[in-house]
Amino acid sequence: MTSYRLDKGGLIDRESALRFTFDGALHIGRAGDTLASALMANGVRLMGRSFKYHRPRGVITAGAAEPNALVELREGGRKEANTRATMIELYDGLVAKSQNNWPSLNFDVGAINSLASSMFVAGFYYKTFMWPKSFWEKIYEPIIRRAAGLGTASKLPDPDKYEKSYAHCDVLVIGSGPTGLMAALAAARQGKRVILADEGARLGGSLLNEQEEIGGQSGFDWSQGIIAELASLPDVTLMPRTTIMGWFDGNIFGAVERVSDHLRVPDPYEPRQRYWKIHARRAVLAAGSEERPVAFGGNDIPGVMQASAMRTYANRYAVAAGRSVVVFGGNDSIYRTARDLRFHGIHVEAIVDSRKDAKADPGGVHVIRGAMVADAVGGKAVKSVHLTNGMHINCEAVAMSGGFSPIVNLACHRGKKPMWDANLLAFLPPDNGEAFTVAGSAAGKMLLSECLADGAAKGAAGGRAIEAPRCRDEAFAISPLWWVKEARAKAFIDYQNDATAMDLPLAAREGYSDVELAKRYTTTGMATDQGKLGNINAIAILAEATGRTMDEVGTTTFRPFYTPVSFGAFAGPFTGHHFQPVRKTPLHDWAEEQGAVFVETGLWMRSSWFPREAEDWLASASREVLTTRGSVGICDVSTLGKIDVQGKDAGQFLDKLYCNTFSTLAVSKARYGLMLREDGIVYDDGTTSRLAEDHYVMTTTTANAAKVMAQMEFAHQALFPDLDVTYVSVTEQWAQMAVAGPKSRATLQKLMDELVMTDETVPYMAALEVTIMHGIPARLFRLSFSGEHAYELAVPADYGSMAARAVMQAGEEFGICPYGVEALSIMRIEKGHVAGGELNGTTTAGDLGMGKMVSTKKDFIGRMMAQRPGLVDPNRQQVVGIRPVDPSHRIRAGAHLLKKDDTPSLANDQGYVTGVAWSPMLNMWVGLALFANGRARHGEVVQVWDGLRGHLVLGEICDPVHFDKENKRLHA
Amino acid sequence: MLIPCPHCGTRPVEEFTFLGDAAPTRPTTNDPSSMEAWYEYVYLRNNPRGTIDEYAHHSGGCRAWLVVQRNTETHEVYGAVTARAFASRKEAVAKGEQA
Ligand SMILES: [Zn+2]
Repeated sequence: MTSYRLDKGGLIDRESALRFTFDGALHIGRAGDTLASALMANGVRLMGRSFKYHRPRGVITAGAAEPNALVELREGGRKEANTRATMIELYDGLVAKSQNNWPSLNFDVGAINSLASSMFVAGFYYKTFMWPKSFWEKIYEPIIRRAAGLGTASKLPDPDKYEKSYAHCDVLVIGSGPTGLMAALAAARQGKRVILADEGARLGGSLLNEQEEIGGQSGFDWSQGIIAELASLPDVTLMPRTTIMGWFDGNIFGAVERVSDHLRVPDPYEPRQRYWKIHARRAVLAAGSEERPVAFGGNDIPGVMQASAMRTYANRYAVAAGRSVVVFGGNDSIYRTARDLRFHGIHVEAIVDSRKDAKADPGGVHVIRGAMVADAVGGKAVKSVHLTNGMHINCEAVAMSGGFSPIVNLACHRGKKPMWDANLLAFLPPDNGEAFTVAGSAAGKMLLSECLADGAAKGAAGGRAIEAPRCRDEAFAISPLWWVKEARAKAFIDYQNDATAMDLPLAAREGYSDVELAKRYTTTGMATDQGKLGNINAIAILAEATGRTMDEVGTTTFRPFYTPVSFGAFAGPFTGHHFQPVRKTPLHDWAEEQGAVFVETGLWMRSSWFPREAEDWLASASREVLTTRGSVGICDVSTLGKIDVQGKDAGQFLDKLYCNTFSTLAVSKARYGLMLREDGIVYDDGTTSRLAEDHYVMTTTTANAAKVMAQMEFAHQALFPDLDVTYVSVTEQWAQMAVAGPKSRATLQKLMDELVMTDETVPYMAALEVTIMHGIPARLFRLSFSGEHAYELAVPADYGSMAARAVMQAGEEFGICPYGVEALSIMRIEKGHVAGGELNGTTTAGDLGMGKMVSTKKDFIGRMMAQRPGLVDPNRQQVVGIRPVDPSHRIRAGAHLLKKDDTPSLANDQGYVTGVAWSPMLNMWVGLALFANGRARHGEVVQVWDGLRGHLVLGEICDPVHFDKENKRLHA
Repeated sequence: MLIPCPHCGTRPVEEFTFLGDAAPTRPTTNDPSSMEAWYEYVYLRNNPRGTIDEYAHHSGGCRAWLVVQRNTETHEVYGAVTARAFASRKEAVAKGEQA
């Protein structure tokens, strides 16, 4: 293997020796190399296979637009697929693998696709889907899946950390080439807070890659002087390795800083990447321009690359793309390419200039004017080129230049389209006003002197200006050069997706001439590089094929992100248990002591059941129900939302919020309340108590606690601002436990300091402030969700576990047990109490059997809309009970209800089961359902049809109250 | 996007929850003849191109309901007032129209 490293020059550390492997082979590179330049220096030109035809591919760019040299970087949980070898900074110990090849890079079975390429023309995917379905599933898809696809993702967790950060600045400068440096300097010298961001490993942009002269120095030396000055200023932040990947509303820029990607493993406490949101008062885009390829035959063979990339490899990385080069293009930059290559001792066989009348000085190189490269010839490397004039030239590499496309992506992220300039042959950025200007070659300034001046002007933005230094300009003249139609081999437009120049006229002929349709039909511009190289060629070919101008065809939509962003950067630190906070109730420790199995409900951890020995959930929950109904049980209900409402107008305010009335509620009493939405549908329910004339405490369901609070704030501030009322969420401040069962009173009595609990002192729906356990303030409510004689006891959160333990001790003689939400749910279904399954955002008060609660005497949220005919229609689905006709049968939640003789189908749907429970009291499954005109149909036998699980039994519609219909136990 | 909360100063949009157009006013009567006005209040919203006043809850901040004025086309935020101030301004305008 021959070394392609040049003897001198370049921004590499020749003393260093970085070991790395590519497909298992060990190589040595230098500090300052990218993986691409290091591979090229080691004579490795074949770096990957293309997506569709599996053609051998090498590097074609030296930057972010690279479509070909995509590799799998690193191993294990750190493996990252589809990384661009041109952007990977080499480090010692780097491990990379090629992609898209099977079984190996050099021998690839998928390359057979190339032979069958008539199958793979434009619209291949659409056309293929029209083949017989069985063919597709059994034959084509498995083969294509195996052979195609890009790199593979690691299935292991990523061991590295990611961060998110905000930054604010007066001026954000994007790009640190000559334009960006001048812009940053102009702004910085005005004392502005400046952020200068560049996707490159090192600041300097094109000045790192090119031979320039600025201010009597080399461009590189000049850039380092400016960077040193910027670095010395306290209000300037330099951000290399930072890609600004999107421009968003409010002049916010998204950025990804690759903090540790250049290291084998991040340093301790450092993230791999940091995701930035940068809010900039104004920003200057100085992203430069991208050199376009030329569509000639074999323009993808390893060794063919952008002329500017070939210069970069020689000037910056001291690597020769080949020992002999043909330089081909239709603009004057090809002459500087030939000059630079010769400067480094690389032999230039010829300059092929498509323009007959080109005037630039070839500097002693053989020039062939008025001809074009029709085909590059070679397999895994270029061997020669055929010209349109019949000439044949042997060479190892081809430098091509189709012209320059300003990198306008960010300037178009908020919807404006770029405009075509027929003289520059480039789409120029749209005018986005002062807050985001574009400067330098990104704005179509093709001369270095123009870039320096434009950067200085846009950076100063009308403020105190700085003078641009003198520099040497390269010649710029250009003629269109998109597609060499004399090509015999495939001429690629989109390298990564293997879309060829021929595909575009074909798409137009088949009716997909709109640029957005042609894009999707041919897949041009749809790969991970988003068409950064060839999209403008595609537009030109489409324009010619359809007789339109470039402007008429227009560009496809530029969307964030400019380059791919890793999921890790988006996720930041919010992964695993850090994804959302965990809310534990004040009784969590107590429940844990009692052996609770917890269930996540929203953010809350709720005790679900309390198994003893080998009980499963059903055995445990059934025992908990039997114990509670037989004696006494205790349940943590702290997750219910609790809102303290105070003020002169507190009662009036609650009257607005609930469909029933609270201003008339007696002090020391509680009332069940139903809240509607303004459209008349039930929103939430709960019990609200009046502790004093001007003091209420509301409860909400667990799920809606935050939403009800926000709704209250809206109702008060936006709708009824005149009401004198304040309210605050006290959910976290109180531990609340339900103590239920015939022995609940005897149990709780032991905790009371003074209160003697009788039906007179604590009647049903009482709400009292008491003290327990020698002075602990508490609230005692006689409420029942279980249907038993029951209480809820609330104590300040920190006393919660202590109080719960005391209740357990007091109830010991009665055989008390803790019960969880499973038992709670069984008991509420036994009693026909509605919950989330019935309060599901589609039901009215009437549907729930609570129509009589709705006041007609006052205004409240939802009053008017609840009266609409559709909401009071008797045929609406209403809450009913459902039980199997054969008590040994099981009914399942979600099953649909059908008339007894109807064919099971959704067309015959009469309603559905909203919740079921195994009732240990009745020894059968019972449920609640929503059923058309249900209250009038008690006793009807229906089919309970669970089509999803293939289950059908007969059920009987009944009263929702399955157990203790007379509510005797409540008052026992 | 930044929202200038009258209580908290300029804060990022992530701290806010939006509810939509603040133009409709809740009818003050429950008279059956007002059904059409209620229907409009609950369901009908303009979708203007340009300036819109929108309810925004500073749910991750001071918890005030605000009315944020924004351009639907450019997403430029012109300013924000409390929903309370907005309501009294609307009331004043309505009274002025009656007079
Ligand atoms: Zn605020």
